[in-house]
Amino acid sequence: MKSFAYSRVSSNEQAIEAARGRGASFLAGGTNLVDLMKYRVEQPDSLIDINHLALAEIKQAEGGGVSIGAMARNSLVANHPLVRTSYPLLSQALLSGASPQLRNMASTGGNLMQRTRCYYFTDVAFSACNKRNPGSGCSAIEGYNRIHAILGQTDKGPTSGETCIAVHPSDMCVAMAALGAKVEVEGRNGKRTIPFSEFHRLPGDDPYRDTTLREGELITAVTLPPARFAKNAFYLKARDRNSYAFALVSVAAGLEMEGSTIRSAGLAMGGVAHKPWRVPEAEQALAGKTASDETFAHAADILLRGAHGYEHNRFKIELAKQCVIRALSVAAQGTSEVA
Amino acid sequence: MSSHINKSSPGEPAAEVSEALQDGLGQPACQAHSGEAPCNALQAQLDSESSEEFEQLERHGLLSEISRRRFIQASSALAASFAFGMPSPAEAQETTQTGPVTLKVNGLPRTLSLDPRTSLLDALRENMNLTGTKKGCDHGQCGACTVLVDGRRVNSCLTLAFAAEGAEITTIEGLAKTSDPKTIEDLSSVQAAFLIEDGYQCGYCTPGQIISATAAIAEHQKGELSIVSWQSGQHDRPELTDEEIRERMSGNICRCGAYPNIVAAVRAAAKGPRA
Repeated sequence: MKSFAYSRVSSNEQAIEAARGRGASFLAGGTNLVDLMKYRVEQPDSLIDINHLALAEIKQAEGGGVSIGAMARNSLVANHPLVRTSYPLLSQALLSGASPQLRNMASTGGNLMQRTRCYYFTDVAFSACNKRNPGSGCSAIEGYNRIHAILGQTDKGPTSGETCIAVHPSDMCVAMAALGAKVEVEGRNGKRTIPFSEFHRLPGDDPYRDTTLREGELITAVTLPPARFAKNAFYLKARDRNSYAFALVSVAAGLEMEGSTIRSAGLAMGGVAHKPWRVPEAEQALAGKTASDETFAHAADILLRGAHGYEHNRFKIELAKQCVIRALSVAAQGTSEVA
Repeated sequence: MSSHINKSSPGEPAAEVSEALQDGLGQPACQAHSGEAPCNALQAQLDSESSEEFEQLERHGLLSEISRRRFIQASSALAASFAFGMPSPAEAQETTQTGPVTLKVNGLPRTLSLDPRTSLLDALRENMNLTGTKKGCDHGQCGACTVLVDGRRVNSCLTLAFAAEGAEITTIEGLAKTSDPKTIEDLSSVQAAFLIEDGYQCGYCTPGQIISATAAIAEHQKGELSIVSWQSGQHDRPELTDEEIRERMSGNICRCGAYPNIVAAVRAAAKGPRA
């Protein structure tokens, strides 16, 4: 690991001021950052420890939603009464990710900031990675790309400085995307609120950028809108192991039901793109319809429009479609039980 | 004794050290801890340790001219600013600079002088001689390094020692009912259950398994859920089934595959002390 200067801050202002330094990173749970530092993928010059900031509160927000502090640990969020009763989709997604130890450490803000698990990104022995080493090319596109993107990727060949087929690895973020959350941030120029769908970005022509967060900005909270999917929600995660593995495909499905009619829907996929994959048109296609496999399949087709696979991940296109149908039908039944 | 002299790279321009240290990113640990860390006492301790080290090295003829100069620069800079780490990016690669950190492990506070890169795991094993906590993957994947921080299980390999300052840390050495357990009755219920159920083979993952199981049982008693709770429709005070135990223990890998007996041990321990 490269040496770094360690400092501890006790207010948001101090944290933002300390982040002025070149090569500064905030240290929250550290589960991803410290790991990547050991691999020399991340090499910050200074770590600003924000674990002592008063940002761990989970509380009712104005207007009926819930505000989750950026330092609230994944395990506490998943088990908070407000989340369990009103946002089961988020509780399920959080408990599908990582291990109990990691969930105890990992923070809400840190989960938003976690990096891709693309093997070629995490191993510096592969020199070609546009995310780690901008302009160097992409080792994944012709490599072992089982866990890689099928939607929204930039594919201009292995030597292009723009190519990237990495996926965002989070479960939590997929649920937050489906719930229509907002990210609260604070920087030198004040506070701003970022709609969840605009927080993470597609690789475009600069795949080294994961998010739209500006330099030195601190995530302070994630706000969930008033609950619509407390009764009909299901997070489905398809993976190579039954526990403690990243998603090949995951689906966060929330339905607002009136009898057998869908009033409104929240729908997002994980493991398929550089960001949680949400297409508002797919949600609109569900609204007002009777819950049925045909309706769900139609929404899945919209969600997967333009999907393109590679040698080792083509199977994910059909897998994703079936997962969407399954997640929506379990959600519609008003249970989280899997037969 | 800190090793910052020995680890410095010989070719490095010594003059940059003090400048770099003073240029550190604002917040020395003792400032950030206003009122908590006894800066002056620590500084005095560090000074005296440093000069002791200096004398020892000189006695053994171990100080080269470069390291002698570096030593003087570095120790005065340390005393002056207490910023630790290497604030100068250009020369940051191989140099080591230590700083004081107080860790409270199994109820006993101890002040160490550590490189900020030191994981809690390495601090326990290398600096505190608490080798019960094991290093497996060192990347948060195997769970061998599991310890309790403020009662919650975490991977100590991904926890920086400095970030654990101020917390109550519990390791396998602190789990038994007595500090020097002689019989199975002296052990915690989870430790005893692993013995009785033969919940291990080679034993390397066992301290992590036991710490993790201790926390898993406590989490279950508090009514915390796992994904299995949701999937089995038991999202209000779920029963601790074998499926629940497997899911809740999935952060601990056993390379010998002793899982059936590990599950049996957790099941037995969760039922409470033997009648």
